[in-house]
Amino acid sequence: MAAPKRHPEEARMGAFTINGKRVAVKAEPNTPLLWVLRDELKLTGTKYGCGASLCGACTVHLEGAAVRACVTPVSAVEGKRVTTIEGLSPNSSHPLQKAWIEQAVPQCGYCQSGQLMKAAELLAANKNPSRDEIIRHMNGNLCRCGTYNRIIAAIQQAAKEA
Amino acid sequence: MDMTRREFLKATGGLVFALSTDCALSAEAKATSIGAWVRIAPDGTVTIYSAGAEMGQGSMTSLATILAEEMDADWSKVKIEFAPADAQLYGYALNNGRMMSIVGSRAVQLYYNQLRIAGAQVRKVLVANAAKKWGVEPAALRTEPGFVVNPAGGQRLSYGEIAGFGEIPSTLPAVDAKELKNRKDFRLIGKQVARHDLPGKVNGTARYAIDVNLPGMVYASTVHSPVHDATTKVWNSIEPMAPMAAPESWNDTEVKRMKGVIATVKLPNGVAVVADTFDHARAARNALKVTWSKAKAAGFDSQKALEDYERIHADPAAQKDTIEAKGDVKVAFSSATRTYRAEFRSDYGYHAQMEPLNAVVRLNDEGNRAEVWEGSQAPDVSRRAVATALGFREDQVDYHQCYMGGGFGRRSLGDYAAEAALVAKAVRKPVKLIWTREEDIAQGMFRPQSFQCLEAATDAGGKVTGWKHCVVGDGEFLLQTGVRIPYYDVPNQFIERRGVSHGVKLKHWRAVGHVFNTFAIESMVDRMAVDQGMDPIAFRFEKMGATPKTRKVFEALAEMCDYRAARPQDRALGVSITERSGSLGAGAVEISLDRSSGKIRVHKVWTAVDGGVIVQPEQAKHNIESAIIYGLSSVLHERVTLKEGRVEQSNFHDYALMRISDVPDEMHVRFVDADTRPTGLGEIGNPFIAPAIANAVFRLTGKRLDHMPFTPERVKEALKA
Repeated sequence: MAAPKRHPEEARMGAFTINGKRVAVKAEPNTPLLWVLRDELKLTGTKYGCGASLCGACTVHLEGAAVRACVTPVSAVEGKRVTTIEGLSPNSSHPLQKAWIEQAVPQCGYCQSGQLMKAAELLAANKNPSRDEIIRHMNGNLCRCGTYNRIIAAIQQAAKEA
Repeated sequence: MDMTRREFLKATGGLVFALSTDCALSAEAKATSIGAWVRIAPDGTVTIYSAGAEMGQGSMTSLATILAEEMDADWSKVKIEFAPADAQLYGYALNNGRMMSIVGSRAVQLYYNQLRIAGAQVRKVLVANAAKKWGVEPAALRTEPGFVVNPAGGQRLSYGEIAGFGEIPSTLPAVDAKELKNRKDFRLIGKQVARHDLPGKVNGTARYAIDVNLPGMVYASTVHSPVHDATTKVWNSIEPMAPMAAPESWNDTEVKRMKGVIATVKLPNGVAVVADTFDHARAARNALKVTWSKAKAAGFDSQKALEDYERIHADPAAQKDTIEAKGDVKVAFSSATRTYRAEFRSDYGYHAQMEPLNAVVRLNDEGNRAEVWEGSQAPDVSRRAVATALGFREDQVDYHQCYMGGGFGRRSLGDYAAEAALVAKAVRKPVKLIWTREEDIAQGMFRPQSFQCLEAATDAGGKVTGWKHCVVGDGEFLLQTGVRIPYYDVPNQFIERRGVSHGVKLKHWRAVGHVFNTFAIESMVDRMAVDQGMDPIAFRFEKMGATPKTRKVFEALAEMCDYRAARPQDRALGVSITERSGSLGAGAVEISLDRSSGKIRVHKVWTAVDGGVIVQPEQAKHNIESAIIYGLSSVLHERVTLKEGRVEQSNFHDYALMRISDVPDEMHVRFVDADTRPTGLGEIGNPFIAPAIANAVFRLTGKRLDHMPFTPERVKEALKA
């Protein structure tokens, strides 16, 4: 998708593309993207876990790259494309989402939006990651329920089926 | 069965229409309620209330399968909703009362019989109505999923059809245990159904309380005294009015001038900042400078306190409670051929549930009704806590259960929901209160730290005849869970707890005391086995009086992990056993050790569990895998320390949780076949980890670890010793 054209006035209002739709938000420029997504745009699939880029629960894509929304000021996404879990696929049809269900990965589920977005970044760049590559890529995302083994299995399965 | 009368209070005789909970009204206005748990719509949709508070363990689904099994529901037509927060209708029976707390791996264990009976009652009502319509005896009929069938006449009626014409008796019929299904006829129990909560957890739609948005809602965040100020039974009595350090003054003018701030609210034990966005509330909360009244934990140093536990253990005047006194330990020790003694220590542990504590509360315009959205392990307790805080009766509070982003024992008090209610009342607006992660840790309610002294006596044949275990620390009952050894038959035992109170907040924590008590017990047993030159499992069988159940899980474990097989040269195996909530689990780990860094690496984990009838086997397995990782994380990484009464850790950079890079290559869970009622499985995978690792480290290095967590520094120290 081409980067949308920036209108000077919209830029001041913090305009960006979220899950394919252009929005202009009211929040001040230094507001973390996380709270703009959750509180202003009501996209609550992206979670608050630590607020300090330590757990990965708030992982979203900025121009296709995984970033931590809790430490990304909304000014940094102006005119850019942001994708959240709500925009990963229509109808949970992304191969990772299907594998996540088949492997019954989530337990409490709270970290899983972030896990999925981080994993999607990996598969977009590496169609057939090794176990070690998966572990290295996913190591910043905490899961307190300990679903790590199933995350690895689900990524491997999605890679196979994608 | 005593539910029946109360259920009837909800009914009006004849057909009973849906209860007016928030979710029931519109969609299924024509559904028929049969008893408190089930509604059946004309199209055959069966809605089952589940009292399984859902934090990822899956009991929201498994409780529904138990009921659906006995009513013979068509699972493809079952919808699951959270049961209302009403313990009289939806609680399990315990200690002469009813409660809904999903703690201590209770959900399936304590609801199993009750829900089977409830399901069978619904089935009986459906059968009776079909029998009446066909003019036959109910005994002549049978059910298939979703249908009553008359084999003689070849007639069939769907549950939806029956719900359309049927009469619901004023009292649901009694069901005798003999009328319940035979295990061999189960269609759902012991099979695996898809977990109800999964789909929403891969696309961001699963609703946690933190996701609730209400019109006109404002955001709040709080601070509490950083110096802990807990009463002795904090885990039993938390409420916003609890006598905890109060705010005396703060920089109110400055904070109120900050962007978006609407109000500051003085709470009995904290200060809340209310703002138009959470980001503004958080910034203002971080800017608060509060002077607090004196707190009990003032000056408390957790490491010094732990050192002092040894003195408390030796002090004859210390506060003591006997937990087990069996036979005559004095004689066992005075006549012993050999005696053993060892000491163990453990640090505080934090729940670290991924969703920081939060709740949403809205009061009506008149200020005499409240609605609460929260993820709670005990919705009945939360509802009561909110009512108490507001000075309401419970029936003035409507409680909306949400998914929990982790619970692990922390989310069963309703303390933060009550806090949100006080803020909502003060600002007369709907409020979403979120504790920051920093506040969540600073106000953590921890697994207590402990000191333990174990002594054992053996006779001439090496049999353990005497066993003494003293656990020292704060937290009363939290300290003693798992301190008994019902899986061994040692004739003379004396087990005691010696208490002290620090004013530090403590709480149930995935198996709590089992974690450090099992560590001590199973490390001690291993030491004796080594001393006697015996294989550790053989020692347990021959010298510890292993019960038949104990033998069975160890035998299964030995088979699973190919116990006799040689391990790679730099690896070793350690074994242990634990009980929890009626279940019994033997476990083994295969580890290696980087001697220069002190880092332990766990490569493989096996556990064989006796959990009675397993209601949802795949889910149960996942739950145990989760507890294994929880155990590994706590044993290898996690440590809370306090100085000057304040928690020293503040976020996940200094409270380290296990990451994916430390995950074992293999984890194997097996259930031994048992025809007994289900027992708890949410925690059985956790406590065996610490001793299994410590015992494996001994096999590898000849050195003993006696203080958990086994941080690299501690391992290096042990290697030097």
